[in-house]
Amino acid sequence: MPPGPRQLDGERVAAALEAALPGSVEEVHPEWVVASPARLVEALGWLRDSSEFDAAQLSNLCAVDYHSYFEVVYHLQSLDLNHQLVVKARTTSREDVSVPSVCSVYRGALLQEREAYDLMGVRFEGHPDLRRLFLWEGYPGHPLRKDFLQVEGHHPGLPRFPFEEPGVQSR
Amino acid sequence: MSGRAMDAGLPPADGAPASDGEPYILNIGPQHPSTHGVFRLRVSMDGERIVDMDMIVGYLHRSMEKLAEERTYTQNIPFTDRADYLAAMSGNLGLCLAAERLCGVEVPERASVLRVIFAELQRIASHAMGNGTLVSDAGAWQTPLLYMFRERERILDLFEMTCGARLTTNYMRIGGVAFDPPEEFFPKIESLVDDLPERVDEYVELLAENEIFLARTRGVGVISAADAINGSLTGPQLRGSGVPWDLRKAEPYSGYERYDFEIPVGSAGDVYDRFMVRMEEVRQSTRIIRQALDALPPGPHKTEVPLALRPEPGEVYGRVEGPRGEVGFYLVADGGPAPYRFHLRAPSLINLSLLRSLAVGASLPDAVVTLGSLDIVVGEIDR
Repeated sequence: MPPGPRQLDGERVAAALEAALPGSVEEVHPEWVVASPARLVEALGWLRDSSEFDAAQLSNLCAVDYHSYFEVVYHLQSLDLNHQLVVKARTTSREDVSVPSVCSVYRGALLQEREAYDLMGVRFEGHPDLRRLFLWEGYPGHPLRKDFLQVEGHHPGLPRFPFEEPGVQSR
Repeated sequence: MSGRAMDAGLPPADGAPASDGEPYILNIGPQHPSTHGVFRLRVSMDGERIVDMDMIVGYLHRSMEKLAEERTYTQNIPFTDRADYLAAMSGNLGLCLAAERLCGVEVPERASVLRVIFAELQRIASHAMGNGTLVSDAGAWQTPLLYMFRERERILDLFEMTCGARLTTNYMRIGGVAFDPPEEFFPKIESLVDDLPERVDEYVELLAENEIFLARTRGVGVISAADAINGSLTGPQLRGSGVPWDLRKAEPYSGYERYDFEIPVGSAGDVYDRFMVRMEEVRQSTRIIRQALDALPPGPHKTEVPLALRPEPGEVYGRVEGPRGEVGFYLVADGGPAPYRFHLRAPSLINLSLLRSLAVGASLPDAVVTLGSLDIVVGEIDR
């Protein structure tokens, strides 16, 4: 998959991160770095303030359900150096869904973390105001999770057409 | 105030102002002219001054990202029309570029130039709407808005004659654009780009030196450059604070590097600067369209691609500079015809990250103008 045109090499970012904050990198990939959740806030703060990376802006934050864990993806960018870097953080399991909030580093995460909490059910520890954003308090489950239709208490309005059943048409 | 009145967001029964220090709760919306959609603000006030603000969104939530996981990449293009319905072309373009990078599809030269023309037309139409409603919020009720709608109307006519739709265009395709513009398109767009600079001068003359408008917008809703960057603001909201960041220059796509245009920036970061940046961007978009029309090569407008593309497993984050900022698509492919994860980075939502801190301490009319200057589209906030 071709990375973004101005995207930095994940290995370069990981090497610098590991040198500055030992133990902050969990996994390295040519396109991204998986940071250890325990040191995520430190790592992003370091990337923001370092003159080499200058990741001044959090451009995008979203969560992905990988069945056995959830992954939060941070797309960071430097406006002065014009490059982009991708950092990820993973929850340990499907049950333990906490990831530290990066609101103290990037205020742009305030609403994006609320959105990921609402729709994917990732708990951002330390978020100043972690509430649902689109759905209401008490809504059963988190719709973007892959097992959403099996959530107890969820009553879809209309039965699905047979060809719409997952696995029949699309996959 | 009793707890129940607080919970319901209702003012106290006796309607007394909060002279005893207790805040007065005011609901703006869900239906209100200044909210430009179904968007609710719950404001705690002490007299005219806002002491706290909570935004309640989700009235238009259609679970677009979940629905997208059941549809092919091409079938997802209409969703992007309905996210930011005032800038459907930009959403179309963002998704198509991301999907093309994911699937390795090349776009013919004519299609790239047509995409630029339509994306810039869309930017002009969207800025006309954004600035028109901002001026409405500042108290110039409807007249300037309708002036700006003249040009928007001509642009929507151009969209209609090309793809049959005015708002939800569904025009771009993975591999190009759906249709070549008809013959009568070209004289109409020529006359539009001839008229536009003069019309922009007219609006600037009408508003930019209007004493009331200046009093309502100068020094109001000031966002410093550092706050704008840290708060993930993009688009005119970021450039109004003096940061010359535009993806068309920083990360050129569809051949934007070939066009000669400037990035207008503000200096004070207030509502007035954001207004003027949008006005200036209309001029720059006109320049781009003129160059693109001159450079429009003959040839096919679309590469033939399979209806159900099955990209290799992987992920991509594609982004374009929409009228409201960075429209990003984060797509995760698992080898199937539908995306495993489809995330739309919605600039309208993210530009609201600083709304609460801007509003607290401000007076209510200033907060309304500030909200107007952030140029939100609720369809994109809620998705």
